[in-house]
Amino acid sequence: MVTSLNETKFYAKQQRVALRNCGVINPEDIEEYIARDGYSALCKVLTEWTPEDVIKCISDSGLRGRGGAGFPTGFKWSLSAKTKADVKYVCCNADEGDPGAFMDRSVLEGDPHAVVEAMAIAAYAIGACHGFIYVRAEYPIAVHRLQIAIGQAKEYGLLGEHIFGTDFNFDLEVRLGAGAFVCGEETALMTSIEGKRGEPRPRPPFPSEKGIFGIPTMNNNVETYANVPQIILRGAEWFASMGTETARGTKVFALGGKINNTGLLEIPMGTTLREIVEDIGGGVPDGKKFKAAQMGGPSGGCVPAALIDTPVDYDSLTKIGAMVGSGGLIVMDEDNCMVDIAKFFLEFTVDESCGKCTPCRIGTRRLLEYLNKITSGKATLQDLDDMEQLCLHIKSNSLCGLGQTAPNPVLSTLRYFRDEYVAHITEGRCPAGVCKDLLTFVIDKDKCIGCGNCARNCPVNTIVKTDYVAQGHKLPSYEIKTDKCIKCGACMANCKFGAISKK
Amino acid sequence: MSTRCKIPFKGTKEQEEKLLALIESLKDKKGPLMPVMQGAQEIYGYLPYEVLALISEKMNVPMADLYGVATFYAQFTLVPKGEYQIAVCLGTACYVKGSANVIDKVKEILKIDVGGCTDDGKFSLDATRCIGACGLAPVMTINDDVYGRLTPDQVPGILEKYMG
Amino acid sequence: MNQIKSLADLQAIKEKMAHKLQLQGDGAGETRVVVGMATCGIAAGARPVLKAVMDKVAEKKLTNVSVTQTGCIGICRLEPIVEILEDGKKTTYVKMDPEKAAKVVEEHLAGHRVVEEFTIGAAEKEE
Repeated sequence: MVTSLNETKFYAKQQRVALRNCGVINPEDIEEYIARDGYSALCKVLTEWTPEDVIKCISDSGLRGRGGAGFPTGFKWSLSAKTKADVKYVCCNADEGDPGAFMDRSVLEGDPHAVVEAMAIAAYAIGACHGFIYVRAEYPIAVHRLQIAIGQAKEYGLLGEHIFGTDFNFDLEVRLGAGAFVCGEETALMTSIEGKRGEPRPRPPFPSEKGIFGIPTMNNNVETYANVPQIILRGAEWFASMGTETARGTKVFALGGKINNTGLLEIPMGTTLREIVEDIGGGVPDGKKFKAAQMGGPSGGCVPAALIDTPVDYDSLTKIGAMVGSGGLIVMDEDNCMVDIAKFFLEFTVDESCGKCTPCRIGTRRLLEYLNKITSGKATLQDLDDMEQLCLHIKSNSLCGLGQTAPNPVLSTLRYFRDEYVAHITEGRCPAGVCKDLLTFVIDKDKCIGCGNCARNCPVNTIVKTDYVAQGHKLPSYEIKTDKCIKCGACMANCKFGAISKK
Repeated sequence: MSTRCKIPFKGTKEQEEKLLALIESLKDKKGPLMPVMQGAQEIYGYLPYEVLALISEKMNVPMADLYGVATFYAQFTLVPKGEYQIAVCLGTACYVKGSANVIDKVKEILKIDVGGCTDDGKFSLDATRCIGACGLAPVMTINDDVYGRLTPDQVPGILEKYMG
Repeated sequence: MNQIKSLADLQAIKEKMAHKLQLQGDGAGETRVVVGMATCGIAAGARPVLKAVMDKVAEKKLTNVSVTQTGCIGICRLEPIVEILEDGKKTTYVKMDPEKAAKVVEEHLAGHRVVEEFTIGAAEKEE
């Protein structure tokens, strides 16, 4: 009998670096963190290493940004180190907003000191003395634990002045977001910390030259930071030995959707999607077939079943039109309509577009209109081509990452599931049976016993009695007059005899 | 967000002192606006005009900037939520069964618009997307209570129960 | 608390905490009970579970047992999760509620019998 999580298949293929303390230590006790080598990396760099040593170590490790773009972390640090300025800031992006993603939240809730320590290390490497952590206000527990961690670190002298008896001073503060997805974009995040509307700004100047309050700022994602202390302690070679040639180390994913083991997992880069879905995730429930995985949320794309053996790393996924993204991984089965999924993400970006630049503000709205046209069966094949053109325009002309990636869910579903789009348009049919406007509800006249429950529950009174009495039944059956039907499904939900189905 | 809230401002002296202390404590911080506004919303439950005016004066920030920030972020609200939050479903099923008439009746009785709140702070009204109770259409919820198969003439009786 | 100024200071804390976290795995330390208390765990009802464990440990006057909260254990589907570490061995109890948790304390901690029916293996077999 398996009695420990560590013996399960869910756990076997995982390798925990960023999550090494999550679920192990008490996040509100700094001594438990220290017992697991916490703050040893900071001690090591402050007392034995030069800032150049730190940057070399991070560069050699091959660590790349875990927030979505995958920019080489060591290179970013070296750019910031080169900027000449008396005051510099480090910043941590914890404004995790993709629907279905909770990697950063888990790190902050389970191991907040790892981020605090890593930010101090980064500050030492680039010559900064102050740090900001921008967290969404929707994560109260993460905020609470971060504040405890910062308080404890100050109390123990690990933040403040003369850390480890050296001349290095570093202070850290938490800033809260206020419910705007665009603030996950780094320039918007910085504008928001300044107390303004969180709108992105053009680059250059890059944050490494002009960041928060015009001061050179280096910004990294939560998970990126969480890897840093381990890289310092165990060495660049150790980290580089995990993962693939171009994507070293591990990545945390939030696994959700139509999958048995919903959860948080950390795997070496380059693990195939098949291993994630079948071995770790335990497969698709109810014997349904795996159809695709959506990765990278509203900025990402999907990986269809035919490409399930794709290794999960930055380059392999980009090549097929998806992305590692921040780590949200939603599994879909045959009951999901790909057009509907694209529409879901577009509705999200339309809501969250900040409105500063036209391609994103207007473009995403027009794009959503095309999708609505398709899912209601009113589109033409020409619309499909026009829509694709519009996608490319939005991508190449938007100001920030939000707009530049907003069409990805559409482009990638078009690439792999064009036939589904075409079925909506030419046959007026949603193959997965999701898009309401294209559905028809029908009553099987031989199964209907004539109780009339459906008719009583129909909000538009469009179910009527017929003359037909099925064999073995006493009452005439009912039928749905489809012209007035609004496809709410109330009849089907109320039929106790399974006589109503949707097509 | 366009209509200015007509609910009389009922801030207390204690609330004002709390806000002033908060502004004072954040005075030397760089970029203090968001923390101040977040704190103010925590103190008052929303961001009334009077509170924004006070922040504007004490922090020397134009009202236009404050309004810009308050309306940019989903977390901030310029209108209080009522003690009883009324939501009328405007999903397709409810709509075709006449939920627009129901919402009009609520507006007429309470003299508020969608997104608004009554002067006494008792009721606020929102229109929602489909809440999945199409069999009960049209549907209205008041806090956790659900009312289905509504006609406009039932509305006064229902609201009366909460007016007491 | 004296401020930490050197590696030696860190080392001292490490040694002090080592047995509590069962880092050596030699069975010398105390028994450690952790309850997953990230947002998902709390939403699934981990707070009353943690309280039930603590109450029961106090009621049974168990010594050499420490009860603590921890972050996300990873497998959201089976929350709330309680893990017991003793003698370098880990037992994972899943889908806990206050009653089940009290039973685990009574049988596992006080009686030294693993409550197999509540372990992760049993939950997986069931599905």
